[in-house]
Amino acid sequence: MEHFAYQRATDADMAVRTVHARGPQAQYIAGGTNMTDYMTLGVLRPTLLVDINHLPAARYARIESDGTRLRLGALVRMSQAEEHPLVRSHYPLIRDTLLLAASRQIRNMASLGGNVLQRTRCEYYRNSGWECNKRQPGSGCAALEGLNRQHAILGTSAQCIATYAGDLAQALIALDASVETIGAASGRRTIRFAELHRLPGTTPHIETILEPGELITFIDVPAGPWTARSRYVKVRDRQSYQFALVAAAVALHLEGNTVRDARIALGGVATVPWRSREAEAVLRGKTLDEPLAAQAADAAFAHARPGSGNAFKIPVGKQALIRALLEAQSMQV
Amino acid sequence: MAHQDENGSARATHSRRDFLRGAASGAAAVPFVGGVASALQGQPPSSPGAAQAGAPQTVTLRINQQPHTLSIDARTTLLDALRDAVGLTGTKKGCGHGQCGACTVHVDGQRILSCMSFALMQEGHEITTIEGLARPDGTLHPMQQAFIDHDALQCGYCTPGQIMSAVACVREGHAATADEIREYMSGNLCRCAAYPNIVAAIEQAAKVRSSEA
Repeated sequence: MEHFAYQRATDADMAVRTVHARGPQAQYIAGGTNMTDYMTLGVLRPTLLVDINHLPAARYARIESDGTRLRLGALVRMSQAEEHPLVRSHYPLIRDTLLLAASRQIRNMASLGGNVLQRTRCEYYRNSGWECNKRQPGSGCAALEGLNRQHAILGTSAQCIATYAGDLAQALIALDASVETIGAASGRRTIRFAELHRLPGTTPHIETILEPGELITFIDVPAGPWTARSRYVKVRDRQSYQFALVAAAVALHLEGNTVRDARIALGGVATVPWRSREAEAVLRGKTLDEPLAAQAADAAFAHARPGSGNAFKIPVGKQALIRALLEAQSMQV
Repeated sequence: MAHQDENGSARATHSRRDFLRGAASGAAAVPFVGGVASALQGQPPSSPGAAQAGAPQTVTLRINQQPHTLSIDARTTLLDALRDAVGLTGTKKGCGHGQCGACTVHVDGQRILSCMSFALMQEGHEITTIEGLARPDGTLHPMQQAFIDHDALQCGYCTPGQIMSAVACVREGHAATADEIREYMSGNLCRCAAYPNIVAAIEQAAKVRSSEA
């Protein structure tokens, strides 16, 4: 690991100014579960770490709701959110994605703001000996012809097929969440969660639309008639403490068995948090049963482009989505 | 100190643990612990443009209710500070990447992975390690006793992390059933696969706790 300077910030605007002034070599650290890992690997090499854990907890580590939306401070820890009565009772999809993520030790550490920005688990990105356009622009992508069982089949490009690894982000994109940020140039702004992450395209090293030094301060999730009937199904190589091979996040507004509205996101299969509006369109206005769920699943993966080792994600992903839809339908809300 | 050797006979000699502990306290006497680390990694003590970044920093950590003032490199993880600077070698280094749970300690009563946090970040918090679980008179924590009663280990390397995680698991209220224990203990791997005995030990300790409550 390279040397770095360490500073504590007690004021968000000051933290943003400090990181922005130092340039791309400065990074925030909160839980540290992603940052320390990638620093140890030599993938991230900040020369300045600004510790934001000392920002006012009453503001940035708080969960609140006014009935129309859930507001999560960016310094709320994953375990804090998964156990919060508001999240447990009104946002089961958010609860599910948290409970099924990582381990309790990591969830006790990881902040929500950091979680949604977590780096890919692509082994070619993690190991500096390989070509990787995300880690070293222009060097190539070793995953294209390599072991790509874990990799993405949606949103890929000729330069990058690394999977977005997180779970919470699938709930947030499905539920039309937004993030509030502070930037040195942009000031305070609100970004739709669906616009936060960038498809890899020809610039896979640019992962979000955040400006250098821009800090996520809050996550807002609007309440809707679909939030109570929501479900996350995650399929992994082992039953717990593992990233998704495929995952399906669904939120349904049903009248009887008629779908008034549906929100669907897919995890483990795409390069970014992935909303499937194609699948939602199949369901809307129809009577939900297993054949209709299967039609929606077909639509969700219609444009999937598997590599040599991950074609299995199409049938498994379809089954995960079908199961999530039918389990959400049978929820007592 | 008496130790059991592989044949089960007691012997009163220097152990590997005592040797390492002595070596660690020797390292702590060196004012610049990170200098040792960077030498081990074959890196220069200071990279260009990082002159101020390489300077040792003073931090006071509260560990097992005792303050410890250390002069450390900013890169020192909480795990390395505990083991190398303070000499508390009960906390184990497994993977160093948050994938095994061997380094689990408590910070303000919550279980965390000490390999994934820099020591400088833990100033002002109460850190508890496996050495801080037993009572001052030596009476073991019910979880430690339960691991012995159920032979919940083979090689023992993951055990301090398992026990710290298990104590928190019960305290959180996530030890009601064997399935719940397995889910909430999934962050602690045991390559010897002592899992059935670990679950049994936690079930026993959870009952002790609820009968005390």
